[in-house]
Amino acid sequence: MKILVCVSKTPDTTSKIAFTDGNTKFDENGVQWIINPYDEWYSLVRAIELKEKDPATIVHLVTVGGADTEPIIRKALALGGDEAIRINTDNSDSYYIAAQIAAIAKDGYDLVFTGKETIDYNGSSIGGMIAEMIDAPYISLATKFELNGTTATVTREIEGGEEIAEVALPAVVSCQKGIAEQRIPNMRGIMAARTKPLKVVEPVAADALTAIVSFEMPPAKAGVKLVSPDNVAELVKLLHEEAKAI
Amino acid sequence: MSVLIFVDQSEGHIKKASFEALTYGVKVAEQLGTTAEALVLGSVSDDLASLGKYGVKKVHQVNNASLNQLDAQVYAKVIAEAATQSGATVVVFSHNQTGKAVAARVAVRLKAGLVAGACALPDTSNGFVVRKTVFSGKAFANVSITSAVKVISLNPNSYTTIAGEGTAEVNPLSIAVDAPKVKVTAVNKVSGEVPLTEAEIVVSGGRGLKGPENWGILLDLAKELGAATACSRPVGDAHWRPHHEHVGQTGVQVAPNLYIAIGISGAIQHLAGVNRSKVIVVINKDPEAPFFKAADYGIVGDAFEVVPKLTEEIKKLKAK
Repeated sequence: MKILVCVSKTPDTTSKIAFTDGNTKFDENGVQWIINPYDEWYSLVRAIELKEKDPATIVHLVTVGGADTEPIIRKALALGGDEAIRINTDNSDSYYIAAQIAAIAKDGYDLVFTGKETIDYNGSSIGGMIAEMIDAPYISLATKFELNGTTATVTREIEGGEEIAEVALPAVVSCQKGIAEQRIPNMRGIMAARTKPLKVVEPVAADALTAIVSFEMPPAKAGVKLVSPDNVAELVKLLHEEAKAI
Repeated sequence: MSVLIFVDQSEGHIKKASFEALTYGVKVAEQLGTTAEALVLGSVSDDLASLGKYGVKKVHQVNNASLNQLDAQVYAKVIAEAATQSGATVVVFSHNQTGKAVAARVAVRLKAGLVAGACALPDTSNGFVVRKTVFSGKAFANVSITSAVKVISLNPNSYTTIAGEGTAEVNPLSIAVDAPKVKVTAVNKVSGEVPLTEAEIVVSGGRGLKGPENWGILLDLAKELGAATACSRPVGDAHWRPHHEHVGQTGVQVAPNLYIAIGISGAIQHLAGVNRSKVIVVINKDPEAPFFKAADYGIVGDAFEVVPKLTEEIKKLKAK
């Protein structure tokens, strides 16, 4: 079993979001970078669990980004995985990024794991695109994943519930909460990560089909209207007559 | 040239998010001076001709039983083929569970730029620029699509449905459907519960409720309002509530008309998941709770006293 885990670098969840250069660039000033939580907590940990069950399993990590993504990749390797591949390019277009990962993924992997989305661009698109590019089935928003030989049993989220499906491998799966429990790297893992191979490859030719023109912050709230806890009827009146929300 | 809107169904019924996508797609077509058509896969018991009231003139249907279950690979091939046949230059999805599985694949098949999670109509004054939410709702990005064919998936609850008069012509399409590689073996729907991402009103609880045994007051309120229930991350992590109820940056992102937060302090990660809600009400005994800064209405008070009163007052309002 050979698993490719897609890892992305994102700002920490507590980061204050701001923009520079006339709102065309994300302001990286003072931003802490982390592994995209969905990639780290769910897809990477599930891949590591599968390797713990069957030590013959090979787990490779892949990321698309410049040299500044390497601390994140090392941190991911400290959790587990045999080696990492960094595709040396920077772009925000999902088609372009997916084409880079697909070029690696078609190289004999049985499974490609992604997080359900990245917490910066929230596209939920890379997994589906990779799957289309390598002509493999795609299960999105998986909350459980079990291997049974050449197929897998996956539970995925649907509106108001869940669906259990059998899927033939190779397949692409986007992972979310439920599929694995978050882990913290231990000292042995951190030491081992230092010497694990980190290959840098140059991007393949691909088109970027979108580009970010500018960013905007949402309009600020007008301020809260406080109602006395002894006058709950007033809140209901406001919600009904002023906000027209009920 | 036309706009094709993918209409999503479950067990024969069209999903609410698809009515939003229809309204949106018709508006996009108007902007481009072209027509909007809808596409439905599988067998549907709802009246398809009535989708005309959202402004589409034609509803294509590929009525093949194997499309009653979602295999994104099979779906994408059929949708892309239908888009090509109808000469669509824009394909619109809802950014719901099906859209997330399928839109990206369709974009690849059509070699189309994708904006996933759109929240406004495209600006066509200079190219084709679509606004989407980024950083989990903390900001917006205006994204230009440079390819000839464009795919947009629309965030649920971000575009108001407009229904008028009209009937659409239902056009059966015969497109070859591949054998699925994904076989659905079981479906578990929580019956009687309002799906969180489709809910107009969400009532959400945090650690301030002290324990799962205290959720009764929140459930009563939700029932009275016909609301979906949600929770903060610590509550989900402690298994007080099922994890699919966790809203926030790393959970579900919601954008209801009304979000009522009970005993939730309002950490930045939680706010990211809910700040697109139209109206936010915060009930918290700590006047310093950061959530009040993001709220429209608030009560500084004990949830155990305020929430039952609120339920009573809503009962009274409904009785009027």
